[in-house]
Amino acid sequence: MSNKEKYIQVFINSFAVKEKDLVTLKYQGVGTWDSMGHMRMIAELEETFNVMIEMEDILDFNSYAKGIDIVKKYGIEL
Amino acid sequence: MFPFETKHQDNSTAIITDGGTCLTYGDISNFSGKIHELIPERCLLFSLSQNTPGSLLGYVSFLSNSIVPVMLDSNIDAVFLETLINTYRPKYLWLPDKRVNEFINHQVVFSDHSYSLVKLEEKISFALHPDLAMLLTTSGSTGSPKFVRISYENIISNTKSIASYLSIHEQDRPIISLPMWYSYGLSVVNTHLSKGATLLLTTKSIVEKDFWEFIRVRNASSLSGVPYTFEILKKLKFSEMSLPFLKTLTQAGGKLSEELHIYFSEYALNFDKRFFIMYGQTEATSRMSYLSPEHALKKPGSIGLPVPGSEFNIIDDNGNEVDQPDMAGELVYRGKNVSMGYSSCGDDLLKGDENNGILFTGDLAKKDEDGFYYITGRKNRYIKLFGNRINLDETENLVSKIISDCACTGSDDLLSVFITDETRLTEIKNYISTKTGIHPAAFSVQYRSEIPKNPTGKINYPLL
Repeated sequence: MSNKEKYIQVFINSFAVKEKDLVTLKYQGVGTWDSMGHMRMIAELEETFNVMIEMEDILDFNSYAKGIDIVKKYGIEL
Repeated sequence: MFPFETKHQDNSTAIITDGGTCLTYGDISNFSGKIHELIPERCLLFSLSQNTPGSLLGYVSFLSNSIVPVMLDSNIDAVFLETLINTYRPKYLWLPDKRVNEFINHQVVFSDHSYSLVKLEEKISFALHPDLAMLLTTSGSTGSPKFVRISYENIISNTKSIASYLSIHEQDRPIISLPMWYSYGLSVVNTHLSKGATLLLTTKSIVEKDFWEFIRVRNASSLSGVPYTFEILKKLKFSEMSLPFLKTLTQAGGKLSEELHIYFSEYALNFDKRFFIMYGQTEATSRMSYLSPEHALKKPGSIGLPVPGSEFNIIDDNGNEVDQPDMAGELVYRGKNVSMGYSSCGDDLLKGDENNGILFTGDLAKKDEDGFYYITGRKNRYIKLFGNRINLDETENLVSKIISDCACTGSDDLLSVFITDETRLTEIKNYISTKTGIHPAAFSVQYRSEIPKNPTGKINYPLL
């Protein structure tokens, strides 16, 4: 699985959403992406890519698209 | 501003929002005067709440004018809302402008601060008992028309005792992030209004940058949360944030794990902050007990002592009082904040006080030798497994020691455990069987992508 596929899979697992809806997905855009869902998704990303996401980035991570830029900062090619 | 004892100046700031709106106590009084002109009579009203000025101004004005609000979530499902309207026949709705189009055939009599007052068709209203101040939903009971009937005396007495043990004063600037339709969130609002403090009203959540920006820019002095708020705060490395003005943390709305209890008590000690663990139910307006900061580290897992002016008793299955330490039984609370009772239909609104100041909490508790109370489980969450009486909460605690995200439900002879890690199903099954000494066939361990929780963070068992 490519890193992009892994990233997508984390979102699908965390928020029970369809892949086609991901591009426009934002925090609180679906019921499952609430504060708890947010932290769970972050934990799964950390595990998947073996990184520790900084607090500033956790708070900045407010959409699927924004998350791509954030994950890239940790040296993950997406 | 009835029913709050106010000690404030008209020009002192009552509300600051994350959008930058500022309102004074004088603005609230003026608003309340306007509502009195529009609704001169005592009647029932549905208040669709959110943490915005319109919602808050409405709430205070309704109480001040003896209008009885039913506090609901502004995101309430439209079909459910209709059911409630048919059941209780409120005379008015107070709701965000964006929901007015759902009531297109009704008259909008007033709009301000992005909120509108909608007058419903004239139907025969139900009579209201003179003591009835407002109706609150019991936590998690979405889909049920059951409300808790709260009296004016309930609000006044609970507000007074909470404000006194938290030493709330005029200079406080609490972050109001818990929902106002939730008794705990509402108690934060009431207690601070009663002392003339400045409410920092936000619709943002703790995982958003703007939330923390708001706290820093506006020098928030206190933060209130439910157990999962504290789980998130810990993961966010809250203890490394520089928040010199934030002096008080309060927790209620469910049992905090001992690990988090100790973690935040130590944090508070090291950073010169106060951390209060509290216990309550909507049936008691809000608060029943609190553990004060000086005891926090000595009494991990404790809900503390009853709030000023109230008492706890523990009773056994036969109704006799349990007086020895460490013996569990049902926790019974006595205080002026015990609600009048429930309502499930319009006729119930005329009922008087059915509880007489005594609340059987349905929680199992014990007290230690120093008189501090501990919740050990829920009375009604018992099942029988092959003749063994099993407490589902205790089983949940047991499982949560090795896998934090879990929930247990069950009927006689089958206990279901739900976890979010599908690789550990067999391991968990064997673990519970070993720990309880009951055959693995009594347990069904199932995978769920997540454990459903209601907005206050409590597990929503019916959705499992």
